[in-house]
Amino acid sequence: MIRTSRRTLLKASAALAGASALGFPAIARAQAEKIRIGHLTPLTGFLGVIGGYAQLGVKLAAEEINQSGGILGKQIDLLSEDSINPATAATKAQRMLEQDGAVVLLGEISSASSLTIMQVAERNKKVFFSTGARSDALRGKNCNKYSFHCDIPNTVMVNAVGTALSQKGMVKGKKFFTLTADYIFGHDLLKAAKAFFGTHEANLIGDELIATDVTDFSPYLLKVRQAKPDVVCCNLAGNQVTNLVKQYAEFGLPYPLVGFNLNTGDAWAAGAGNLSGTWPTVWYHTLDNPTSKAFVAAFGKKYGKPPENHAWIDYVTLKLLAEAINTTKSTDSGELISYFEKQSQFDIGKARKAYFRSWDHQLVQEAYPFTVKPKEQMKDQWDMLVLGDAVPAANDPLEQIYPTREQNPCEMKA
Amino acid sequence: MQFEFLLEQVVNGLVLGGYYLLIALGLSLIFSVGGIVNLAHGAFYALGAYVFVELTHHLGFGASVVISPLAVALLGIVFERFILRRFYASDPILSLLVTFGLAMVAEQAIRMIWGAAPVSAEIPQSFRGSVILGDFLFSRYRLLILAVVAVVLVGIWLLLHKTSFGRVVRAGIQRPDMVASLGIRLQPYMTTIVMLGVGMAALGGAFFAPITTVHPAMGAEIMTVAFVVVVIGGLGSFWGVVIAALLVGVVRGIAIHFQPAAGEASIYILMFLVLLVRPRGLLGERIEKFE
Repeated sequence: MIRTSRRTLLKASAALAGASALGFPAIARAQAEKIRIGHLTPLTGFLGVIGGYAQLGVKLAAEEINQSGGILGKQIDLLSEDSINPATAATKAQRMLEQDGAVVLLGEISSASSLTIMQVAERNKKVFFSTGARSDALRGKNCNKYSFHCDIPNTVMVNAVGTALSQKGMVKGKKFFTLTADYIFGHDLLKAAKAFFGTHEANLIGDELIATDVTDFSPYLLKVRQAKPDVVCCNLAGNQVTNLVKQYAEFGLPYPLVGFNLNTGDAWAAGAGNLSGTWPTVWYHTLDNPTSKAFVAAFGKKYGKPPENHAWIDYVTLKLLAEAINTTKSTDSGELISYFEKQSQFDIGKARKAYFRSWDHQLVQEAYPFTVKPKEQMKDQWDMLVLGDAVPAANDPLEQIYPTREQNPCEMKA
Repeated sequence: MQFEFLLEQVVNGLVLGGYYLLIALGLSLIFSVGGIVNLAHGAFYALGAYVFVELTHHLGFGASVVISPLAVALLGIVFERFILRRFYASDPILSLLVTFGLAMVAEQAIRMIWGAAPVSAEIPQSFRGSVILGDFLFSRYRLLILAVVAVVLVGIWLLLHKTSFGRVVRAGIQRPDMVASLGIRLQPYMTTIVMLGVGMAALGGAFFAPITTVHPAMGAEIMTVAFVVVVIGGLGSFWGVVIAALLVGVVRGIAIHFQPAAGEASIYILMFLVLLVRPRGLLGERIEKFE
């Protein structure tokens, strides 16, 4: 045993903790014969699990595109990294555009990080596809000309679930208690939820803002019980959802739990027997159409498991981007923007084709409410969800469930 | 009514504190006896959870929750004998670096073996739901955890205070040189302490696996709270860690009751205040080798 200074130990612990937060970026140099594309997504932290799927999806897309001849006859050189947090995301985005020579960026799940990358894209006049961020504000007051949004926004998720709940008589005159992620995404989702409650005569009797690093929800569940709501509504994100769902099943509160946000990865992580209620999703691997089936088969062959919705969205985004570059024969930002603003249609593995809406750059597409399959009916651990009918219904215009220009105004600078 | 709600949060906080205790007590013991800040402690917590989930596929809940901590405790013996042991006599920076490195290796190993996506286990049916005692709502499962923590705690206390083993360990914390001059080698005792410490962490991991996200980085997540508890409790004190763990649970519950946004910050404010008044922690003793 030796004499050890407590102070030295503490100082060193702090230094190590700091070093681990920085991470060690891979360094690569641009190669002239390739087209470099930058991909950022959270691989660590509370969104790290679903970010991992996003990375698998985009890598598969790049591989397939390269095998079929690449874009403009050149191979894609995909640079995919952990975005870590909003500040690091912006730094890495800037580095990818400035030093690594990326012609376009895509990725992200966190609305907070997506916002900072959007600003970098605008400053550098390069196109950025925000693939997995759902905050309405990104398409509204924070919108810019260089940013495109592929995932469904919060308002659509609220509308998809809200419609399904209304049909079950779970909205009108009911008391809701919401649990909300305490960052831009959660705040934005709560706003959309409040708007929905307002127009559908539901009462919001309580809301708790919950920090993203919370893993124990028991104090919040006690507050829910004290409030005695009719329905508990989850506006959380990533691991938060998994933890809440597990602990809600643990406490066995009598109020039905529903949610306005869920990624399939969070549902799988919660496991069979823990999840219940009605939730929204943007895509699920059981969708029955050729594009979707081909993707699920290729993903399963490469990775040995079905893709999660973030794997799908990053996959289809790189595919439609390649299609756009091949069609316009250019990687120029202006050319690409005007191509997408023509509302060109893309097959994204759903019954109806999707397009980027010209005035807010939102990828307009179908969404689905889902309920949870009873455990004994599940074919395997991935077969958890029962998809409801696509919203909007086949005869209704796609934009019906999307925020209108009045609800979510976007002013793009020329 | 308001008061009852508050009381409910306090009681719930005590239950949660019991779980923090499982992780923090081992960390404190390893530091007190060996002078090593075991940054890999969280990795054993994560391993406990993963081994538990893996075992539940083959055995039931009961067998898995017993076997997983035992298996990880055995791994703890290897950890002490082949890694930690080399660093008792060297610069503390080295042991920090090596345990920090090990934590990263362990996390990555978990990712390689079980994948980056979380795995999950279920609470047995008989422990699902809540019981209402008086006006208080308790999760049955957390009551089970609390009972297990109480048994472990009594066991460790008896071991430290009523056995010759415990006397040597406590003497080793205060005066290792004196213990050595009496011809007692502390190293076998350290092996046992490390085994117990990481075993407790694994027990915490196994019991919490059904109610939290079991993912590769879960070890790093728990370390912060565990450190806060150890620092507040003070080194070398069994009861210091116990009180600190319960206090951290309760303060967090009360903060969430009144000011939810301050919930996670409250435990750091608590640590700050305690250190201002008592830099050695609540019941921390003056340990010569650390001064």
